[in-house]
Amino acid sequence: MSYLLEILGPLLEGTAVTLQVFLISFVLAVPLGLLLALARISRCTALGGLVNGYLWLMRGTPLMLQMLFIYFALPFVPVIGVRLPDFPAAIVAFVLNYAAYFAEIFRAGIQSIDRGQYEGARVLGLTYVQTMRRIVLPQVLKRILPPMSNETITLVKDTSLIYVLAMNDLLRAARGIVQRDFTTMPFVVAAAFYLLMTLVLTVGFQRLERKLAVYDG
Amino acid sequence: MASPMIEARDLHKRFAAVEVLRGVSLDVERGEVVAVIGPSGSGKSTFLRCLNHLETIDRGRIDIEGETLVATDADGVCRYSSDATSRRICRRMGMVFQHFNLFPHLTVLQNVIEAPITVKGLRRDEIVPQAEDLLRKVGLLDKRESYPSRLSGGQKQRVAIARALAMEPDIMLFDEPTSALDPELTGEVLRTIRELAEEHMTMLVVTHEMAFAREVASRVVFMDGGEIVEARPARDLFASPAHPRTRAFLDHML
Repeated sequence: MSYLLEILGPLLEGTAVTLQVFLISFVLAVPLGLLLALARISRCTALGGLVNGYLWLMRGTPLMLQMLFIYFALPFVPVIGVRLPDFPAAIVAFVLNYAAYFAEIFRAGIQSIDRGQYEGARVLGLTYVQTMRRIVLPQVLKRILPPMSNETITLVKDTSLIYVLAMNDLLRAARGIVQRDFTTMPFVVAAAFYLLMTLVLTVGFQRLERKLAVYDG
Repeated sequence: MASPMIEARDLHKRFAAVEVLRGVSLDVERGEVVAVIGPSGSGKSTFLRCLNHLETIDRGRIDIEGETLVATDADGVCRYSSDATSRRICRRMGMVFQHFNLFPHLTVLQNVIEAPITVKGLRRDEIVPQAEDLLRKVGLLDKRESYPSRLSGGQKQRVAIARALAMEPDIMLFDEPTSALDPELTGEVLRTIRELAEEHMTMLVVTHEMAFAREVASRVVFMDGGEIVEARPARDLFASPAHPRTRAFLDHML
């Protein structure tokens, strides 16, 4: 028991890193994903094509490779080359990658809304932005909750990839103790922490879903 | 003399290879109720949707209360007024759709007050009493907190009418308002439209309800093949259709 308390400190510190990376990435990737989705379905085909290419790149290469590239290779790229510390590099990688997946979820949601909703809003005088904000996106939110829940939970677990940048997240902290003490106990605790985090998210998404269940459609 | 509420001149519109409107012209005066009838595919819904810019025309001119929505210059180039102007002009026309197009995530009351708040910038407490009056008028005040999915088709359509009226339009456009309804529910919607006619609301109604057209409309327009075949006072057109195509259609419908 005292051993458990002893390893709890470093594991909690690791959890804090994991949570920070998750929260910041999520909060930034969602709006970027929405913008990408709107650009993808916009009437400007050049913009749509550009976004298409971006999605291909982000979904077609490993997230770990993207992270390594942003951290190690980006400083040597002409013009846009910057050297990012590990934390911002990780965030940039997660945001760029997850925005691509969120974009496709948003696109599916937006395109599932009946054309009549746009026409109904338009004849009442709503602008495109007002129509999106007040009429379309609230309905999209309800429809995309299940896939968004999926991706969000995956993001929590994917944060463990930051070990390649030698950042001390929950999993790396656990692994460090395992290698030091020759016990698998830290892995069990880490698993419990991940489960707890994803449980909170799952319940949160379920609540939101239930709240939006007051209307059909 | 005041300009007509709607002045449509020589409207042309094609979808790919199909010429849907082939030179449609119509004036609608203040307080007139005009019913547009005709076989499906005759272009009557498209005509209506062109008037409030849900569809664009290829050639012709549309003025609403003397303001130009779209005009075609001497070179045949069709020009719409700016987005903001066009939105302002079209806001004077309320529209009711065949499939209601209510907002499913909003309650009945929220559906009615959404545009006055978002578009006109009214405060909630300014518009709610007005919205409640409108809901009372269409007989649905008790449903104010219901979501559209809980309503019958006739109730949905009456909410849609209240929603359009909440923007205080000068003209109401109805695009087959009863075509998606069970026959026993059409009466309640037609009654609501008839009440609007009695208040001298200017209306353009695309409909398959011949009895309604005869009774309520001051003028009936018969369209076929993308053209207006005849447009005459309701009584005359039904009693003695001038054109053989009109006669054939009416024989078939009545």
